[in-house]
Amino acid sequence: MNHLDSLEAQSVYILREAFNKFDRLGMLWSLGKDSNVMLWLAKKAFFGHVPFPAMFCDTGKKFPEMYAFQKEYSVKWGLNFIRRDCPPIEEIDPTLPPAARSAARKTEALKRLIAELDLQAVIAGIRRDEEATRAKERVFSPRGENAEWDFRDQPPEFWDQFKTDFAPGTHIRVHPLLHWTELDIWLYIQREGIPLVPLYFARDGKRYRSLGDMDITNPVSSDADTVEKIIAELRATKVAERSGRAMDHEAEDAFERLRSAGYM
Amino acid sequence: MTSAQMTDTPITDLAPMKLVIVGHVDHGKSTLIGRMLHDTGSLPDGKMEAVKAMSDRRGMPMEWAFVLDALQAERDQGITIDTTQIFFKTSARPYVIIDAPGHKEFLKNMVSGAASADAAILVVDAKEGVQEQTRRHGYILHLLGLDNVVVAVNKMDLVDHAKDRFEEVAGEVHKYLGGMGITPAAILPVSARHGDGLANKSQNMPWFKGDTLIAALDALTPKPLPVELPLRFPVQDVYKFDERRILAGRIESGKLSVGDTLLFSPSNARAQVQSIEAWSVDGPVLSASAGQSIGITLDDQLFVERGHVASHESEPPVQTNVFRARIFWLGRAPLEVGRRYKLKLATLEHPVEVQAIERVIDVSDLSERPADRIERNEVGEVVLRARAMLSVDEFTANPRLGRFVLIDGYDMAGGGLVSMDGFHDLRRANAPTSQNITAVETRVTTDARWAANGHKSGVLWLTGLSGAGKSTLALELEQALFRKGWQVYVLDGDNIRFDLSADLGFAPEDREENIRRVGEVAALFARAGILVITAFISPYRSDRDRARAVAPDLFHEVFVNAGLAVCEERDPKGLYKKARRGEIAEFTGISAPYEAPENAEVEIDTGALSLSQSVEQLLGYVEANFRTGAG
Repeated sequence: MNHLDSLEAQSVYILREAFNKFDRLGMLWSLGKDSNVMLWLAKKAFFGHVPFPAMFCDTGKKFPEMYAFQKEYSVKWGLNFIRRDCPPIEEIDPTLPPAARSAARKTEALKRLIAELDLQAVIAGIRRDEEATRAKERVFSPRGENAEWDFRDQPPEFWDQFKTDFAPGTHIRVHPLLHWTELDIWLYIQREGIPLVPLYFARDGKRYRSLGDMDITNPVSSDADTVEKIIAELRATKVAERSGRAMDHEAEDAFERLRSAGYM
Repeated sequence: MTSAQMTDTPITDLAPMKLVIVGHVDHGKSTLIGRMLHDTGSLPDGKMEAVKAMSDRRGMPMEWAFVLDALQAERDQGITIDTTQIFFKTSARPYVIIDAPGHKEFLKNMVSGAASADAAILVVDAKEGVQEQTRRHGYILHLLGLDNVVVAVNKMDLVDHAKDRFEEVAGEVHKYLGGMGITPAAILPVSARHGDGLANKSQNMPWFKGDTLIAALDALTPKPLPVELPLRFPVQDVYKFDERRILAGRIESGKLSVGDTLLFSPSNARAQVQSIEAWSVDGPVLSASAGQSIGITLDDQLFVERGHVASHESEPPVQTNVFRARIFWLGRAPLEVGRRYKLKLATLEHPVEVQAIERVIDVSDLSERPADRIERNEVGEVVLRARAMLSVDEFTANPRLGRFVLIDGYDMAGGGLVSMDGFHDLRRANAPTSQNITAVETRVTTDARWAANGHKSGVLWLTGLSGAGKSTLALELEQALFRKGWQVYVLDGDNIRFDLSADLGFAPEDREENIRRVGEVAALFARAGILVITAFISPYRSDRDRARAVAPDLFHEVFVNAGLAVCEERDPKGLYKKARRGEIAEFTGISAPYEAPENAEVEIDTGALSLSQSVEQLLGYVEANFRTGAG
């Protein structure tokens, strides 16, 4: 087994555990590279099927290319696709810094979706290497009734034994990509030929390394217009992946606060 | 991997080595990591500046630990609360660093970090030497089977880079780890804050001729996947999304190929691998090995469910309902004798009861003491008992099926390693070994026999201590029913031992086999229309459960209950006296356990009732349940 094989096998194991343990389960599909890899892994885990809904919390501010991609692949991949609008900014905690407040709309939409579908668990494509608080996450991460994350008291998790027994009202986030790095994701996209939103590939000296809303995501300077070139670029770069995401950098603990409150 | 592949594969595409950093609080783990990342050029642009700014804001000198301590509370208190993981690479290979908190109350987080590691760096303060958490973490590494350890004696600048002090501390560490059988791959002096001895050779300690920390890490060999161990394929789930019935799971050890005959435990059913299913791969998959998450189809539609373990017939896992375990306890409530927990071992989940706590180990000096509870953050040795047969392995033989967690209520409260020391493998091939046999259907149904007899048939399984009155009761009942014209027959423990089970003794595995045979014979009688009354001590629940499983609809468990004192006083065969004199080994109630039924259909208290009252009660039950038209 090579490195990508073992990453894949571990993610498949996690997805199958989640599917076994939760009757009401959904997967977040943000249309980005990570969540496409995650859907691909689900098809691997369940032999061509995705046996839970692929959920999209729409801020209404995604790039047109992303909406087009969603239309095409929710059909091609045979997904049970569920889209919900995010609530307007006025309904969000005004004490958050502006970009974080904007991002928190997604958290709120997700909470409402969880309530609407009565979901026990949500699968999300976060990775440890993205950001320091995500590095502390568990694979099966329990949340409070209000989706909040108590990072001070997380359950032990070892030997691939995850917390799957809960008091009523507990909600779980499942993170099958936690052990992947950005480079791993691209190497796997290359190996498997996974389709992507074209914004990741350079046009006029710019490309997106991470896709969020149009107003809070910035492209990086790059000429990498193929998967191969992106991989070569990543091998050389020392720029953090989320440096183009404004909300991570507004205050020392801005992202930590967002995540404690239930952000992905 | 061949050397040709090695050279073709960029460093970044190799599997990272997972490295856990452990040690006492404030001995400098986070600083060492922060500095190591910096010195290997692994920090992203801007990170140094951000850390400097965070340090300035708090009015302190450059704090390397801020590279890792991601949470506000961690930075403010200067401690690591939860385990974190961070990626870095050297010229030899990539690493994942697992930073484990040093505080005692965060042991669960430390274990969460350490359990998945390939190797460990144990950080020891040169000034303070080995401290409580150094020992605790060292012991946990040992318990987890993590023997790839590099020791960094840190803060050498605080002891004037003295060679003597280094050797003193190195000696202490050697002694403690050596006591557990761990020989560190290297012990090195470093000064993490100044980057001395990490990626760069120390300028201040010319007396040290060994490697830098990075070179010592690069020299470690990761543990290979257990491909060479016997096959263990625990079933994770069974899928029926389309026309295929796929058994999904991860191969924990060994390998399997299409066409292999698999043995499923605990059912002992066998079937051949018809296909290995996969989505989006080129061509058929013909074999798979340890570490792979796969799906297979079988040539026979066996009943298989999550928790069943597939192996090859020649090398099955141990089958047992009782085993010993080393436990590290993380639960809020202590582990206590008599308490029940849910055991999770690979994909198997089953309730177990703590039968005994053999000892608690003080990890600060490795001393042992007897105890009746294991408190949070303590380590001990216990005996666990389950109601059913479990498929396990000795941890030393196969770690993947030799380790488990215990769930207390909703919480994962502990981890443990299986030892079969003093217990037997209770596996018996109870599937037919003969080839070319085909079951035939009788044309006379059991219902027709019942109609002819005027009563139903079944198994009245009398269980209880020796002297409780099982045989007496059985024979009285048989006579009473026979007089009424019933088809009835008694199978008695002693009689069976003269013939059907003449080859068996009284060791647990012999008792198990004896009861298995009786269970089968009783079920045959019952299907033949006869009401069978069995009188066997049958002390183990799991054995009785198995007898029930032969004919569940016909089985009635009768607990003939009399206290040990009563039975010992009756002592009709003089056996208790012999047992007390030590002349009988493994005598139930004296030197071997009796597991009382938990859900018997009938309980007869022969300690309180007279014989005629007892017979009366049992007759009443029979009339109510076996008379045609009743029940």
